[in-house]
Order: sequence, then C-alpha cells, then structure tokens
Amino acid sequence: MSATARTLELGRVGESVKRIDAIPKVTGEFAYSSDLFAAGMLWGHTLRSSHAHALVSEVDISEAVGMPGVHAVLTHSDVPGAKTYGLEFPDQPVLAIDRVRYFGEPVAIVAAEHPEQARRAAERIRVAYEPLEPVVDPEQATEREPIHEGRPTAGHGFRDDERPNVVRTIVIRHGDPDAEADVTVSGVYELGIQDQAFLGPESGLAIPDAEGGVDVYVATQWLHIDRDQVAPCLGLEPKQVRIHLAGVGGAFGGREDLSMQIHAAMLALHTDRPVKMVYNREESFVGHIHRHPAKIWMEHRANRDGKLVNVRARILLDGGAYASSSAAVTANASAFACGPYAVENALVECTCVYTNNPPCGAMRGFGAVQSCFAHEAQMDKLAAELGIDPVELRLRNALAPGDTLPTGQRITGSFPAAEVIRRAAALPVPEPEELPRDALRLPGGSGNTTRGEGVRRGVGFAVGFKNVCYSEGFDDSTAARVRLTASDEELAAEVHCAAAEVGQGVVNVILQTARTELDLDDVVLGAATTSSVGSAGSASASRMTWMAAGAVRLAARAANEELARRGGNLAPGETIDVERIYHHRPTTPLDPETGQVTGDGAHVAYICAAMRVVAEVDVELGLTRVVWIGTAQDVGKAVNPQAVYGQIEGGIAQGLGLALMEEIQTRDGLITNASFTDYLVPTTLDMPPVDAELVEEPEPDAPYGVKGVGEPPTVVSTAAVVSALRDATGRELTRVPVSPDEIVGL
Amino acid sequence: MRVELTVNGERLEADVWAGESLLYVLRERLGLPGSKNACEQGECGSCSVLLDGRLVCACLVLAAQADGHELVTVEGLAEDGELHPVQAAFAETGAVQCGFCTPGFVVATADLLARSPNPSEDEIREALSGNLCRCTGYAKIFDAVRLAAGS
Ligand code: FES
Ligand code: FES
Repeated sequence: MSATARTLELGRVGESVKRIDAIPKVTGEFAYSSDLFAAGMLWGHTLRSSHAHALVSEVDISEAVGMPGVHAVLTHSDVPGAKTYGLEFPDQPVLAIDRVRYFGEPVAIVAAEHPEQARRAAERIRVAYEPLEPVVDPEQATEREPIHEGRPTAGHGFRDDERPNVVRTIVIRHGDPDAEADVTVSGVYELGIQDQAFLGPESGLAIPDAEGGVDVYVATQWLHIDRDQVAPCLGLEPKQVRIHLAGVGGAFGGREDLSMQIHAAMLALHTDRPVKMVYNREESFVGHIHRHPAKIWMEHRANRDGKLVNVRARILLDGGAYASSSAAVTANASAFACGPYAVENALVECTCVYTNNPPCGAMRGFGAVQSCFAHEAQMDKLAAELGIDPVELRLRNALAPGDTLPTGQRITGSFPAAEVIRRAAALPVPEPEELPRDALRLPGGSGNTTRGEGVRRGVGFAVGFKNVCYSEGFDDSTAARVRLTASDEELAAEVHCAAAEVGQGVVNVILQTARTELDLDDVVLGAATTSSVGSAGSASASRMTWMAAGAVRLAARAANEELARRGGNLAPGETIDVERIYHHRPTTPLDPETGQVTGDGAHVAYICAAMRVVAEVDVELGLTRVVWIGTAQDVGKAVNPQAVYGQIEGGIAQGLGLALMEEIQTRDGLITNASFTDYLVPTTLDMPPVDAELVEEPEPDAPYGVKGVGEPPTVVSTAAVVSALRDATGRELTRVPVSPDEIVGL
Repeated sequence: MRVELTVNGERLEADVWAGESLLYVLRERLGLPGSKNACEQGECGSCSVLLDGRLVCACLVLAAQADGHELVTVEGLAEDGELHPVQAAFAETGAVQCGFCTPGFVVATADLLARSPNPSEDEIREALSGNLCRCTGYAKIFDAVRLAAGS
C-alpha cells in the first residue's frame, strides 16, 4: 500500500470527502463479518424448519452428534437463559420450542470442524413435525386461530384490538372523517414482499473468553440492542457479552433483528472454541425479516380547485410470524398515509397481522414506501379526474412548516415539500430516443427481440415523506466519546461512537464532525464496540447522521471546554476523555383511540423528496425500461455531499426494484425464490442515469441543520416509476412489482 | 486432495475437499478473503477473479479445476504499493459504499478496460451487468469506470 494512497482526507462538515474505508475496501483488505478467522475456529450451521406452521413433537439429535467433525448439536433445551427474544417484543424462540411458525425458522444448531460437516450433521437431525394449516392470507388472519399464545404485543399503550393475530391496529381520526367534497377517487393497491438483499450475508464470529463471557463480531445495525437481546438468552450479564462491529455488507433494515448472534455465541460457549457462522444466499433470504407486503384501500375527496378535503385509508400489513418492528412500521404506514399534503379531514385505519408468512420488519422507508405507492397513485388519479396537471395538484396541497398533519402534529422544523416538487419538476427531461436503436436501449435490453415497434414512453411524478429518528416516545439517544492526547506538543484526538457503519458513510460523518469541532486534523476513529462507549442507537430511520453528529459535537465541545480550563494545551501523557449522550427532542405516543399526538408530538422531524421519471414500455413484449430519473431531495444540510448523492442513487435503485422486479414469492408460506436467480435486483442494465438536486434548508433542532437522507429516495421511487408506467400504458397498475402481463396487449 | 495454484504471482498449495469451490479455497484455505461470496451461484459477480487471464466467478469453479492454473484476485491488482487505477478511481468517485461488491467490480472493470480501454456507456453497462451492487445504484460505479478509462 502506498503512502499516497493512505493520505487522509481531512474534510470538515459540508465537504465532499473520500470514505475513510474506501482504500481497504477497494484492495480487498477490509474485513467483513464473513471474512473473520480465529485459530481453532469451528463452523456453525442452522437447521431450519421445512414447514410454515407445524407442531414440533421431537428433535432427535442422536445421529447428528456422532457425525465426523461435529462438536455440538444444540436445541431449545440448551438455551441457557431466556428462550425467546425480539427487537420490541420477545415473541421469537431462539430455537423452536414446540412449534414452528414460519418456513426457515431455526430449530437446531450444529458446530463442526468444516462447514460441510456441519451441514451434513444438520441433515441427520430428525425433527418430528405435525403440520398445521398455515395462516397465509392476511385478510383472513383475524378470523383464524391465534398463531401465538397470549397476545405478545397487547398493552404497550396500543389500541385494544381483541381479534386474533393482531400485532397492532392504529386508527387516526382527524377533523371530520365524513367530510364530503366535489369529487372522489378511490383505489385498492398492493405491494409484494421486498427483500433487503444486502450483498454481505449474515455472518459473524463468536469467541468465548476464559471467564464464561463471549465476544461476538458481527454485522449489525445496532450493537447495544444486540447485546441486550443476546445476553439474557445466554443467561449472562450484559457486560459479559461484548458485541463488536465487523465489516457490514449492506443492511437496509435487514440487520436490525438478530440472526446468528445468539446461535454462534451458544455454540462458542458450549464448545469453548471460536465459532463462525455464515449464511448462504438462500439462508439469508429466509433468515431475515422483509419489507411488509400490504394491501391499501384509499379514497380521496377533493374540491374542483384541487384542494384535498378528506383522505380515507385502510391499510393491511402482513407482519408474518413474529413481531419484529411491525408495531412501529404500522405507525409509520398510518402517519404518512395521506402523503406530504395538507388535508383537514382524514380517517386512517391500519392493522398489522401475524401470519405464517415470512416475518417482516424494517426495510428502508419503513411503512412509508407502502403508503406512498398508494397516495401517489391516488394523486395522479385525482389530477386526471379534475383535469389539473399532476405537479400543480401536488403543489396546491403541499404541506409546509406550520401546517398540521393528520396526527395533529404541527410541522415546526424545515419542510420544503413545495420546493422539492418545483425543483424536481423543473429538471429537463431527456428527448425521446429515435428508433430503431441498439437493443440494449430498448425495454428489456438484449432480451428485446423487436425493432421497438411496441415501445411507448411515459413520464411520471411522485412526492413522498417520512420522519427522521425514532418516534412515539422512544429515546434513541447516541453516545460519543472524545479522547484528547498530546504528543510532541501536538494535540491528537480519538473518537469512539458505536454507530454502525453499514455502507452509508457514518464513519466520515463522525470524523468530519470531530475535525470541525476540535479544529484538528489528527483525529482517528476507534472501533465500534459495546465495550468502549455507550449505545449509538440504530443505523436506521435516517437518523444516524443527525444523532452521531449531535453526539460527537457534544463530546468534542466538552473536550474543548476542558482543554480551555487546562490552559489550552496538554502535557505529553496527559489526556482528556469525555463521553456525552445526545438526545433528540422528546416525542410522545399517539393517543390509542384517536391516533392524535399527545404532548410533544410523535415525530422529531420530517424529510421529503420529489421525483420525475421517464420510462418506456414495450406493449408487445411486456418489458420496461426506466430511461431517466430526476429528483430533488430535502436533506437539511449535506455533511458529505458525495455520500449524499450516493445514498440518493442507491435508494432510488431499491425503489425501482420494488416497482419492477423484486418480490419474495411464497406458496402456502414457503418461499419459492430464495436466490438471486429467481429474486431479481436491479443491475447496471436496469438503472437509468439519475439527476439529483439537494435542497438544503437547515433543520433548526439538528446539529449543523442536518436531516437524514437514506430513506426518502426509496419511499418515492417506487411510486414515481409506476407513475411513469401508468402514463405510458394508460393502465391503473395497482400492484407492485408490476408484472409484464399488465403491460402487454394495449 | 492437494491443489497447486499461482495466485497473484505466488505459487500456493492447499489441501482441499473434492467439493470445495475455488472461492472457498481462496477465502478459507489460502488467506485471501478479498473475493467475496454473496450468492455462490454465479449471479452476483462478487467473487470475480481472473483465471488464466479470463474473468470467471470463482464460486462456479471447483478448486480442483484450477489446479495448475494462474489466478489474479483483487488482492493482486495493486502493484508495488500503488493502487491499480481502477481501485483508485472507485475510491475517488464514491463508487464504494458497503464495499461488498467492490472487489468483484474492480476485477471486472480491470478486465473490461484491459480489453477495451475506452468503453462506451452501453459497453460499460453490459460488461458489468453480471455484478450486483445493492448500495450505489451504479451511478458512481460508472463514474469510476470512466475515470479509470481516462487515466
Ligand atoms: S458469489 Fe460467485 S457470483 Fe455470486
Ligand atoms: S457498495 Fe454495497 S453492494 Fe455495492
């Protein structure tokens, strides 16, 4: 490695700087969770349920334990502590106890010398299943036998809903939900199950210490909440379980829940050897939660001048077998159901149910994606009904600071919805391309066997929004530690923050903040671990930039003050070491009866984006091609503009995937396409050029005026792409991913 | 069984099981985890390496098939401590986010530019269509390829 290649980028807040981990990532040196190695290491493997719903009467491991190379075969009876865990509700068994509730649920775990030995031993475990009728239709779930005993999510200040299999129900009543208006449009919309499909599979290494504790090196989004779930299941104190961030190959919400953490730790403690576990792609597809599939009924009532009068929505989310973060997704789907529009009357009902389908939880956009697809389809429909330009209709209704949301929360921070709409609408759309042309530039690319006779072009538009940070009273604080030392008269700093670097670039945010506040170049970042600093909260909800910058700024300013007290310099060997915890402004729960805010408001701040899309369809072949995407996004303040553009482009790709190709398919609860052969994600041939504009209106409450940037592009792009397809085909296209059948035969 | 390979100019030997892929042997037996495993089915390109100068998915090649052959992996692209121009371009343009796809893209891009030093837009898209990236939306990866082609 050359010295020049290692030159530090010493950027401050607001400057585009190269990622500090870019060089090790391009050379192959960067250690991901699947790259770890320890002397004497064993390989762990998980035996998973082949049924979506079954009673488990016996797990016979006798043959497996005698297989070559096998060191341990463990079942639920070997779980040393709590038998269940969960991100918000402990409804999920570490290993199946007497019942499996979804296809792929972990039943037993094996450790062996070679991964193939572990796999083969797992095949010899005999599980006696008594299959049960799976609950697979979410519309019927509340009529069926409960999948869980008791009601794991009841209470918690949620609305009482006594029906079986309800995870959470929210009703938002705003103004007069019966208010009438000049015109009404309605529709029913559906979204399939999307997968995060991060490239780096679930993996990690657990190493037992000599005192009964364990170190777990893992790819995760929130180290401390992993620890707080792992330790009780191991029967250990939190300090005996140290979680360290290994290199993370993407996350997108899919690493909020635990995967192999407890399993690897159990095997390591049992064998007293390091144990590595790496899921393959198929296991990854069944081994983590997905984006909730949804069915949404919506009715918009508006006056002739285009002013929205009343929005009525009913949303059904399929949470799958375990709660994960479904309760919070339900809240988001409801709170953002009416879109970034001012509407005086609304009735939103949202229910998330347990089924025996794959469990769902957090994925980028978190409930707002589903709602945006529906409300934007409705806005296009309304525009057509009223004969008003779709962009103009959105502008006439755009929410602005000072306006009140259907939850009763008033927008007190920045919210440039009208500005992002204007800026996106003003982006020049590329001219139609002539025919004939190279097949690569036709819908379907080289799969297109025509000369483009059936090609039609459409232009679509969409706007969407969501919140930043956790909500409804959750205090997702972030800690940071700054350590100042002196050597050769020069000050140097080390920063510790457990914020998970998942690819988004928070490591640079931390360093840029520290350099800005300390006015020092010589700043290094310590490893993210539970053992050196307090919780950072989750790298999710578009919150990590705001919260990490807030915490590092607090700690750095405290260090500066202490330095000033000591006369502005440190003697060699002298140190200043301060840790500070940053809290965003408090929030409070929604009223369970009315869905209206209580106290401080349910959300911290809001972010929005608008998008314009040009797409072509081939109506003979049912193929699509997104030609161009233009977007304007509300980012508050871009800490590292290069990274912000990267988030926007990548976020758009995921929404485009949901619009056109991505869906986990199931039959009777069994996943039938758990591979990249059958679950398609956008490739270089699917992604169009993106023109992105940043709208920087600082958020008054936030450090440097930052907001979050990761989610809005994903929230909006599904809706925007389908809007363009509707324009091209004249069809309603009410379900995503849009299937070729819906495009052919015009 | 034993296999002998020349990897990044170095002769290496490993004892392998008959069923082990070249990717597994590189990563787990030869201490070269730079090539990534994201699908093991030839669908993602994360494991791209050059086998006798040809771009292949190391997950689809049995280690035994590679016995006696020459390999270049991502770890072998930098020379004399200087990053390969493709590596430098990926770091410079922000083409790396989580970076899990990066080794595969870097190797595939190096291969593309060796064959076609000034690829057209369509050529870039087609050449890299076997490599998945879930983070970047590819825009900055195309920037990197163009930057490397110009350098
Ligand atoms: S791991 Fe080889 S192509 Fe995906
Ligand atoms: S940078 Fe994460 S997959 Fe490409």
